[in-house]
Amino acid sequence: MSLKAPLFAQGKTPSTLAPASTAAHQIFDLSIFVVTITGAIFLAVGGLLATALYKFRARRSDPMIEPAQIYGSTQIELAWTVVPILIVVVLFLTTARIIFAIQDAPKPPGALDVTAIGHQFWWEFRYPKYGIVTANELHIPVSPELAPKPTFLKLTSADVNHSFWIPQLAGKTDLIANHVNTMWLAPQKSGLFLGQCAQFCGSQHAMMLLRVYVDTPEQFDAWIKNQQRSGRQDAQVAAGRKVFETQACMNCHAVAGTAAAGRFGPDLTHLMSRATLASGAMDNTPENLRQWIKAPDTFKQSALMPAMQLNDEQLDQVTAYLLTLK
Amino acid sequence: MSSIPLRVPEDALKWRLPYKSRVGMAALIVGESALFTIFVVAYIFYLGRSLTGPKPSDVLEVPVLGTICLLSSSLTIWRAERAIENDRRRSFTVWLATTVVLAVCFLVGTALEWHKLIYRDGLTISTNLFGTTFYSLVGLHATHVIVGLFLLSAVLLFSLFGWIDQRQSDRFSVVALYWHFVDAVWVVVFTVVYLIGR
Amino acid sequence: MSDYSVSAHEAFGPPVSVKKRGTFLESLHAWVVTVDHKRLGILYILYSTFFLLVAGAEALLMRLQLAYPHNQLLSPQVYNRFFTMHGTTMVFLVGMPFLFGFGNYIVPLQIGARDMAFPRLNAFSFWLTAFGGLLLYYSFLGGGGLYGVGNAPDVGWFAYAPLTARSFSPGHATDYWALALIVSGFGTLGTAVNIIATIVSMRCKGMTLMRMPLFTWLFLVVSMLTLVTITPLTAAQFMLLIDRYLGGHFFDTQAGGSSLVWIHFFWIFGHPEVYVLVMPAFAIANEVIPVFCRKAIFGYPAMVAASVGIMFVSLGVWAHHMFTVGMTSVSNAFFTLSTMLVGVPTGIKIFNWIATLWGGRIRFTTPMLFCIGFLFQFLIAGLTGIMLSVSPWDWQLHNSYFVIAHFHYVLVGAVVFCIFAALYFWYPKATGKLMDETLGKWHFWLFTIGFHITFDTMHFLGLLGMPRSIYTYQPDRGWNFLNLIVSIGGVIQGIAVLIFAFNFVRSYFRGKIAGDDPWDAWTLEWTTSSPPPAYNFEQTPEVHSRRPLWDLKHPDDPDWEYEA
Repeated sequence: MSLKAPLFAQGKTPSTLAPASTAAHQIFDLSIFVVTITGAIFLAVGGLLATALYKFRARRSDPMIEPAQIYGSTQIELAWTVVPILIVVVLFLTTARIIFAIQDAPKPPGALDVTAIGHQFWWEFRYPKYGIVTANELHIPVSPELAPKPTFLKLTSADVNHSFWIPQLAGKTDLIANHVNTMWLAPQKSGLFLGQCAQFCGSQHAMMLLRVYVDTPEQFDAWIKNQQRSGRQDAQVAAGRKVFETQACMNCHAVAGTAAAGRFGPDLTHLMSRATLASGAMDNTPENLRQWIKAPDTFKQSALMPAMQLNDEQLDQVTAYLLTLK
Repeated sequence: MSSIPLRVPEDALKWRLPYKSRVGMAALIVGESALFTIFVVAYIFYLGRSLTGPKPSDVLEVPVLGTICLLSSSLTIWRAERAIENDRRRSFTVWLATTVVLAVCFLVGTALEWHKLIYRDGLTISTNLFGTTFYSLVGLHATHVIVGLFLLSAVLLFSLFGWIDQRQSDRFSVVALYWHFVDAVWVVVFTVVYLIGR
Repeated sequence: MSDYSVSAHEAFGPPVSVKKRGTFLESLHAWVVTVDHKRLGILYILYSTFFLLVAGAEALLMRLQLAYPHNQLLSPQVYNRFFTMHGTTMVFLVGMPFLFGFGNYIVPLQIGARDMAFPRLNAFSFWLTAFGGLLLYYSFLGGGGLYGVGNAPDVGWFAYAPLTARSFSPGHATDYWALALIVSGFGTLGTAVNIIATIVSMRCKGMTLMRMPLFTWLFLVVSMLTLVTITPLTAAQFMLLIDRYLGGHFFDTQAGGSSLVWIHFFWIFGHPEVYVLVMPAFAIANEVIPVFCRKAIFGYPAMVAASVGIMFVSLGVWAHHMFTVGMTSVSNAFFTLSTMLVGVPTGIKIFNWIATLWGGRIRFTTPMLFCIGFLFQFLIAGLTGIMLSVSPWDWQLHNSYFVIAHFHYVLVGAVVFCIFAALYFWYPKATGKLMDETLGKWHFWLFTIGFHITFDTMHFLGLLGMPRSIYTYQPDRGWNFLNLIVSIGGVIQGIAVLIFAFNFVRSYFRGKIAGDDPWDAWTLEWTTSSPPPAYNFEQTPEVHSRRPLWDLKHPDDPDWEYEA
């Protein structure tokens, strides 16, 4: 395996070295600047250290007396106090500019608002203007430089602290109960971007994965339109719906347009429009879905989804029902 | 290097170092100050953030008498210090006993206040954020007063047995230093809880 | 010149006497009830060596779990307990006791005192710390609590509220964690008070503040920093226990409490804590480097000033652990600046060490090798620290493997390397035997290679977006290969530490006799016999310069004629 493949692996690697949005680009450029300066310092100081070690190593031929004792030198010491201070000033001013540019960026009128709420161990996304509630997979429009349409996120938590991190799109921002944070995303190209929770939040922190779909305007509009519809009512799966509404599923899950209005777990109105289940723990296939309902521990030990103790018939029925929620 | 000559520079130093227990107590006080700072900061941060009542202004009364007792005890313990330095043992015992009485008065005042808060106003440590921060901060200080009271009572006992004289004045000054610290903390706690916080 | 002559040993050392060995029970009893600073120092060091092996084993198991994606070696719960215990153990039961062990052993010897200021407090502090460690590990047995929940703390070593609230962490594991840290915190506080009082009040005649060895100076600074660092943690732990047991609301977000308050309090402790750990490492380097390059330390006053400067600056940088919690842009800028400023005094130190080496005659003994490793790694750690202080970049790097790599560069690359240097350097003083140099060099090279394989690679994992504290990862993220490399490096380090442990035990029985002053060093601890007698010095020494033994060995050219 070549070194380049693991280091700059393309495809699904959520690499901070492959920025795809305005803020991520700004951070990346800043990091190159910082690496250049610190790299130069490393070469200078490390080189000096290596030279000292080589040049002044003890040799057999050395005379048996101690080397000359030097106790210090005010001028030299002053020099290596002042130079670092100057470097710090330069680094700080450059950094401060980017801090203010990213953190205090004004919100343009056309911006999309999304509220992200962290839960143990999944993400809830609300689009207040569109009346949409979804989970784990965030859809946002692409924001080309000429016609920017950034997404402004409000972040908070329903339980413990989490952190929202899509390395290619922005640095992380924590989701903290009782406290609202904001951040914005202005991705310049469409596609799927991966990330995950970056603040330890309990046993399944590792499986609190996050997917952001950056859609073209057309894709985004189509997605919004689909999400705004109520849950499909298919008479063929009425038995499954009955199981869903009588076996405690609806205590935690909601399906718009039905009696199910639970808020503790993800909204399932358009479950089948999502590529993964359980916050990315597995692909969204019928077999996985059935197994997840039957024994969540298979995929995600101590997730808060309980094993529902359904019999095989109920399991088939409820799976069939969920499969219609497109 | 079996045998080497030893030469000493002429300036023979006058060598006197600070009393170790006083240094130790000063260090402890620095640490304790950091401990109190955290509780005080938490108190100030949570002022007015309780979601339910009672509020400080509803239930707190300024403990004037207790404060006078505690602050004047700093004065009496200072008199006791001076007395033992000059080996005036009876005067020492009297001033020390006064200090102990004043400390007890302060604690009785706190006990009465807490009794009123708990039984009349229904404010406990779990009632709301005010209760949590109030009992923690004032309780932490009261704990320090109790520790000081133990120290002072022990010294008083020794003094009544006639075991304390001028030779112990350095040691006693360490106890006194702790007591002054407890008083100084009360000034901060009093200001934050009863003046600003109300 | 003089009219009388003495050897270094005769000057301050004890008379030669025949030692009698007691029975096993007698010596055990003697060790348990001891108030001798040297024995307590050794107890501290043995205690932390034991926990170093325990926490190292935890780290290795975690690395085996992460060697490939979707590994099922450890369950998520067990993994979470292991990283919590690994962090807590390494900081509180390994780092601090190790360093306070050295402080205990060396400081009184270096200042020519017969013991610490408060020997009984010293013993009390050690046993408190030891009890804290037992309490923490007892949670594996006693923390069961409710059915099905964790039986050891699993909230991360930073234990962010409200994850520690009863509703999210039922059972008693979190309580063991908080109590253990309170108990060992009191022990630490006692030791810090003791070291300060010892250094201020117990110095031998002639040892003014500006003649103290830098080791002692740094322990004075560290102890002062400890006083104001460990107490905020204790306060926060009290609050946590009030929440958990008395129904308080300090961190209860349902009742208006705030998670941010815990985060602030924790890092007000947590950041200076890094300096509490790393400044003793500086202390060790300050002793070892001059001895093995045969020169006085360059810029002694600047070294003292830089240490005091670091102490003050370190109190104002804690929120650089919090750039992602949503502080204002002004706060972010402020903490960026204050953090970068730490680089200035730290830079002075590195430059002074290089200047000390410059023009010397460098002997590459094992302790010196570890100090050289320290110099390179600490330089890199400082530079990655600068990167992390750049708050916009930190939004990317925070809580990623880059951070893990950075702080292991500090805590292993600097602190552990210096601890090893110190063990090799003072082992002959404490036991009278030299540690084996060949095994020492194997230990050094294997450990260094393993260290770099592991922690250099981790930086790249962080840049590739791998967050910390995850028990497994998805196979499609491009992290597989690098994780395998990291784990291999971990195994190499483990082997190196086993070589060290073997050498440590073997040298005690088979080591070469060291003599009083095997390294031809200059500070007072080398004047007395190895091991020193209970009372340290037959005669209280009197010093006239920073290097009393240099003066003795070079009467024609004593230091006091040059020191400002």
